[in-house]
Amino acid sequence: MNEIIIEAAGIKKTLGRGAGEVKALRGIDLTLRRGEFTLLMGPSGSGKTTLLLVLGCMLAPSSGTLTVCGTPTSGVDKEGLAQIRRDHIGFVFQSYHLFPTLTAAQNVQLALDIRHERGRKAGKRAREALNLVGLEQKADTLPGELSGGEQQRVAIARAFVANPSVILADEPTAALDGNNGRSIMRILADAAHQRERAVLVVTHDPRVIPFADRIVEIEDGLLVDTGSGEPERLHLPKAAAFRS
Amino acid sequence: MSLVPTLASRNLFHDRLRFVATLVGIVFSVVLVMIQMGLFLGFGRMVTTMIDHASADLWVLPKGAKCFEDPSLLDAKLRDKVMSVDGVASVVPLVIGFSDWRLESGEMTPIFVVGADLRDGSLRPWNVVEGDVRALSQNGAVVVDRSYYDRLGVSKIGSTAEIRGRRVKVVALTDGIRSFTTTPYVFVDLKNARTYTGTFPDRASDLLVRLKPDADRDTVLKAIRSQVGEHEVLTTDEFRSRSRSFWLFGTGAGAALFAGALLGVIVGTVIVAQTLYSSTKDHLSEFATLRAMGSSNGYIYRVIIYQALLNAIIGFVIAGAIGAVVVEMTAKSALPIVITPWLIAALFVLTVVMCVASAIGAIVRVVRIDPATVFMR
Repeated sequence: MNEIIIEAAGIKKTLGRGAGEVKALRGIDLTLRRGEFTLLMGPSGSGKTTLLLVLGCMLAPSSGTLTVCGTPTSGVDKEGLAQIRRDHIGFVFQSYHLFPTLTAAQNVQLALDIRHERGRKAGKRAREALNLVGLEQKADTLPGELSGGEQQRVAIARAFVANPSVILADEPTAALDGNNGRSIMRILADAAHQRERAVLVVTHDPRVIPFADRIVEIEDGLLVDTGSGEPERLHLPKAAAFRS
Repeated sequence: MSLVPTLASRNLFHDRLRFVATLVGIVFSVVLVMIQMGLFLGFGRMVTTMIDHASADLWVLPKGAKCFEDPSLLDAKLRDKVMSVDGVASVVPLVIGFSDWRLESGEMTPIFVVGADLRDGSLRPWNVVEGDVRALSQNGAVVVDRSYYDRLGVSKIGSTAEIRGRRVKVVALTDGIRSFTTTPYVFVDLKNARTYTGTFPDRASDLLVRLKPDADRDTVLKAIRSQVGEHEVLTTDEFRSRSRSFWLFGTGAGAALFAGALLGVIVGTVIVAQTLYSSTKDHLSEFATLRAMGSSNGYIYRVIIYQALLNAIIGFVIAGAIGAVVVEMTAKSALPIVITPWLIAALFVLTVVMCVASAIGAIVRVVRIDPATVFMR
């Protein structure tokens, strides 16, 4: 069994107060393991993004425990949580969130810069990361001059350039066409399988299902129980033909 | 090298209009402070110009004399008492006062008579560009500054006019001896000064004391004080300081200049704070992304402060260039703006402090960023 990177146990999260109170998560148990590519799927408002925020140490659970790479997050202050993110987690956002005034290479290098990795070595690593997503030739291009797919690939390079143990991606293919979407999913799947990271992708895009090792469904703040004794519905990877 | 400077400068230059607005604010503020403080220094120098150019170690003044131009008089016989003090080399009386100057055209204008003595330890005209100061001992001889040609109706050596109905002739010309009161200084012989100002022969405005080279100033000063009764004995530095305090603060002129400078600082700080805050607000999603990626707050603060420092440096350089032009333009004016290396250093520190302080609002805004917002858009 692969090493557990993130372990969430009994996670509950209530958003808002009084009449506007919403129980977004109502007791989630979930583990993410090294080398595993997991999809988190569910209808809108089911709690996908809230769970991603909790797993990404950006939202403190109302109750339950979260451990990232063996570090419990309860009681850790904002700077401490930022450090956990910095040390262990890479993020891919739906809207890319690249810095428009920095080149592709500088956007990737930024992930190293905040970790105090600087100089030529950092620049070289950023270009290598861009090479892995097939964008080395666009290293000096500004995001505004890149297509949506290219921008998302830069964002993925930024997410894994610092070798995080886990990559959390929020709807990474939502704004992309079929080809670009498949390309992005292939890169993320490779990040899990070839580079031994835990990858969790939040999506409701059925086109990405063939790439997953496991699919976790969430509904009304609860993972769907398949009755197998496991709270997560496990899908075996589909035919390799879907991936290619 | 960190990407902080790159990110800060790109953020700054990305919105050129806002950048220009910020620079205008900083430049306006710094130039305003520079001019106010330059005027303050210029005024401070100008009000003590006579004291600065007098060849005296100590000044004996009428009690309560507030400045060089003070019209109070003392008993000239004090001179003998002061001369008797050990360590005193010379004691020279000085007579000053306002008088009337009648031009050849008959027009009258007020003047400030400085009764100079040609002996050592006195106050003689300086920056003489034409003529001979020694001719001042002649009856009716005067020395004027050429910047007052029009006011005094003279145009060259040998020009004539009248002071209190007595004919005078210009025997020498100086350059740059201007009065901050706009009333021209007219140097005359000590004896003539009494006539032109209506001062009795046994009275003098001040006594200028020169010490022997081996004399201990403090000891002599105490000894003179014991001889002159209620009159005051000041060192040149003390008199300079008193004169400056009177004109700058006693009249409110200095307070007005400081108020102007303070206004400049406030305006500059508000403008920079506003534009920096607005810039930060526009880049909030980027800062939130940085935070989501795990950046420390310190990293983000550095970006904002670096932006503020860039503003400060660029703004200061432009303001400095404008200041240099203003200094050049006012060099020959009635009140030249004086910029010293200390003032430049202080202004630079002030600009940096102003810009960094302006960043506080932006930093407070950034502290409240919720990194989760990057998942909401």
